Amino acid sequence: MTIFSSWQRVLKRELLLAYRQRNDIITPLIFFIIVISLFPLGVGPEAETLRIIAPGVIWVAALLATLLSLPRLFSNELHDGTLEQLLLTPQPASILVFAKITAHWLTTGLPLVLISPLLALSLDMSSTALIYTLLTLLLGTPILSLIGAIGAALTLGLRGGGVLLALLILPLYIPVLIFASGAIIAASNGFSAEGHLSLIGAYLILTLVFAPWVASYALRVSLD
Amino acid sequence: MLQANALAGERAGQRLFSDISFQLHSGDLLHVSGSNGSGKTTLLRMLCGLTLPSAGSIFWQQNTIDNHRDEFNAELLYIGHRHGMHSDLNALENLQLSVQQPANRARIFAALENVGLGQHLEKPLRLLSQGQQRRVALARLLLESRALWILDEPLAALDVDAVEWFSQCLARHLKEGGMAVVTTHQTASFISHVSINVELG
Repeated sequence: MTIFSSWQRVLKRELLLAYRQRNDIITPLIFFIIVISLFPLGVGPEAETLRIIAPGVIWVAALLATLLSLPRLFSNELHDGTLEQLLLTPQPASILVFAKITAHWLTTGLPLVLISPLLALSLDMSSTALIYTLLTLLLGTPILSLIGAIGAALTLGLRGGGVLLALLILPLYIPVLIFASGAIIAASNGFSAEGHLSLIGAYLILTLVFAPWVASYALRVSLD
Repeated sequence: MLQANALAGERAGQRLFSDISFQLHSGDLLHVSGSNGSGKTTLLRMLCGLTLPSAGSIFWQQNTIDNHRDEFNAELLYIGHRHGMHSDLNALENLQLSVQQPANRARIFAALENVGLGQHLEKPLRLLSQGQQRRVALARLLLESRALWILDEPLAALDVDAVEWFSQCLARHLKEGGMAVVTTHQTASFISHVSINVELG
């Protein structure tokens, strides 16, 4: 079996499982929507204030929503023994972990990207800011899934793993938060956001190369 | 050939067993016996490469299993305490998406029929009984051709008919030149095929 077809098969299985467990899957999305729609109620409806805080609010909510979804990335598989089977397949484990990360992004990150224009409008963002919100989320949410998988693998099976996961992962998420909201602010003030976007792109490439490999190694350690 | 040299294992800092050595050749059946907590599962996970031995080494065809993991995994079929099946998928989907050899629907259907689950194809696994779930996991034995079977308590929750089915299946595997490592607390007819017995604890 080729590497691509084994990637494809794990992806297919993950998406089928996500469909069967769709109640769990929509929790981060609902969380994302609720957090963002609470802000206008909390800070008041002045369009001027909302426009200023909007990039930060959307991105912080995206980080927390992703964090919320991470503990269940590997925990079901740990309990039913399918994780052991994943590590015992003749294909490199990192490819199969990469398939799981892809499925995680498709079911958690992508819905956030798709719903964001609606929420951006509710925070009175300009059309330029809206486009850059979409763009940074599209580039940034895969990074959240990739780095998150490392944290989820390292804290697998630990008691109180959720808190530890947040402590491990959030520092690595901070560059994404800074450059993404920086890009949106720069673009809406009429400056070029190219530098910010390039840095997010570089971070994405770096994590694409290393995260699946590190996460699969962490899984081996967690299962030992 | 599977070879173990002076294996030692521990759990939570406590020594479970030490100096376990054996050679398993084509057609051999290794039975691991011992009381609860004596380290049977630890030893089996070690032989799969899931747990690192605290001392000693494991060789598959002259190579250590750590260095040639993909080649070793291609010859290995492990069924542990946990079935290794997704409880939200049905038997057909589970097998279709976990079996390595390209298996068509008809072949999987035949295997499930063979283990006596022909009428439960469309039910998610969580709706089946423990014994039925175990039968689905054991159906992999029919669908994958692997030289080495490592089975941890394969008979747990199985009824008399299924135990007999399993014994025949194992006997056929050994006759065709396969190898197997099995733990069990039950008495079954396959015990007569045991060529090496490792007693732990």
